Amino acid sequence: MIGLGLPRGFIVTLKNFIRPAVTEQYPDRHIGLLGVAKEAGMNPFQFLVKKPADSLKAIAGLATVPVAVEQAARFRGNEFTFFEDRCTACASCAKYCPLGIIEIVSVPGKIDAQEGESYKLDVFDIDIGRCMFCGLCVEACPYDALHMGTSFERSKYARDELIITKEELFDADKRPSSWYRPQFEEKSFDPFKETIDDHYDAGRHERPSDEDLKKKWVDER
Amino acid sequence: MAIKTQPVTVNLGPQHPSTHGVFRMRVMFDGEEIVDVEPIFGYLHRGSEKLAEERTYTQIVTLTDRMDYVSSMLNNHAYILAVEKLARIEPSPRGVWLRMIASELQRVASHLVATGFLIQDLGALGTPLIYAMRERENILDLFEMICGARITNSYLRPGGVFMDAPAEFWPALDRGLDDIVRTIDELEAYLSGNEIIFSRTKGTAVLSPELLINASITGPMLRASGVDWDLRHRAPYDYYDRVNFERILHTASDNYARYWVRVQEMRESVKIIKQCIEQIEPGPVRPSFDDVPRLIRPPEGDAYVAIEGSKGELGFYLVSDGGISPYRMHVRASSLINLTLLRDMLIGGQFGDLFVTFGSVDLNMGEVDR
Repeated sequence: MIGLGLPRGFIVTLKNFIRPAVTEQYPDRHIGLLGVAKEAGMNPFQFLVKKPADSLKAIAGLATVPVAVEQAARFRGNEFTFFEDRCTACASCAKYCPLGIIEIVSVPGKIDAQEGESYKLDVFDIDIGRCMFCGLCVEACPYDALHMGTSFERSKYARDELIITKEELFDADKRPSSWYRPQFEEKSFDPFKETIDDHYDAGRHERPSDEDLKKKWVDER
Repeated sequence: MAIKTQPVTVNLGPQHPSTHGVFRMRVMFDGEEIVDVEPIFGYLHRGSEKLAEERTYTQIVTLTDRMDYVSSMLNNHAYILAVEKLARIEPSPRGVWLRMIASELQRVASHLVATGFLIQDLGALGTPLIYAMRERENILDLFEMICGARITNSYLRPGGVFMDAPAEFWPALDRGLDDIVRTIDELEAYLSGNEIIFSRTKGTAVLSPELLINASITGPMLRASGVDWDLRHRAPYDYYDRVNFERILHTASDNYARYWVRVQEMRESVKIIKQCIEQIEPGPVRPSFDDVPRLIRPPEGDAYVAIEGSKGELGFYLVSDGGISPYRMHVRASSLINLTLLRDMLIGGQFGDLFVTFGSVDLNMGEVDR
């Protein structure tokens, strides 16, 4: 028997039909003529006269701009951020990893007058082809040297290329995620806009002043 | 004159879009009527229970995410409670409230998936499923905010959660709860009174409460038959004794009742979350590492803890030999046990009801096979 149920359902679908779409365009978003002109900093008529070919393309719906996906600051991305100056090669991350995919080889390094005997990091490979990005290595790091990264576009054509080496980590952009790093949240650090260049800023403590450093390493020795 | 038919055996799955994963059924039909069903599973077996024997107690949290991947927070919750009972860990109050909020959000997300796919199996391709998934997306965004991942959360740790929720989480949660209530209202407006749904689901796959209890079925399936069994009420874990919520019961025990119970339970989950927000107090979210070290060595013994998961009683059984990893871990997977009545539900039914009934059980193959 047909009653009120179906019309009531159609009212709901009609409401949803006119509400704005929630679909997110990725990796490119189509922009029309207005969008293209705005990108170029002109008004649409100017743009139409000056660049007719581009305008036609835009009107046909072929002009696109890349878009970024909205992510939370704690996003556990498909990479790692590593501060070599903070690392003591203690291998806590390797011990804590559920899959055992972090390889660390350390050799006794130089004996520094200031910092004493140190260990040099020889090999630091993360096989992210097998990584599940649980973040336990980051949680284990006692000196805040290893952080989760925020990027996720790392697809490669071969599995071997998915091993992140030490050099790659050194050179990468330092955009750490604030996952298990409350100090970034206190500073309201936004990994999608800024980078952290100084390794002092990645730690849980305040950066010591120059006087404190001089007192500790020069005057008291 | 009646047409004589011959029984035909049809293989369904494992790569079938309606089997909710990799599930295979060998079904014997006599015309449109189902004569025999043989469920075959194990295609997604990853040996999680064995893998747990060589991981430390904190590392196993990541394995539990992948068992029932549409309700990973609930899996985390059940496992962590078992570890806390085994190692006699006193959890931090704020961590407990946070994990209750996370669990109830996950229950809503899981029920949304269940109802969405149930309607999809009825033949409404797309629309209701997309509405449900759109709301689930908001919940997953909340999860991304608190723990950085959307599906494989690994949010809980022995003694609480790993980190407090960020400041922007609370306003987003308030907005999200309003959205959930609106979505449920919408869902009920176009589904709960729909005549097509009535004619397809009412009176199909009826199970008696005695049979359900004998087969130890739990969760929405049991409550749809009128048996008042909810572990949050019967054996309160965490702070569930400090929140008020109604137990949703239906007496018909057919596919519609199972759908209806799930929809109403989402409303109760929202109520629970609102009470949690009122009662949560500042403080640490997990005990200090002096009390609960990273490497837990529980004393010898065993512990079984069950919680009310989204699909039924979800239990973890851990045996410790005093080492850093469990001697044995066993999961009481509610999906697997709810699956055992599939033959009783299907035999004698029509071909068109096969996947509807299958969907109303709310299976997750990741949990069935583990």
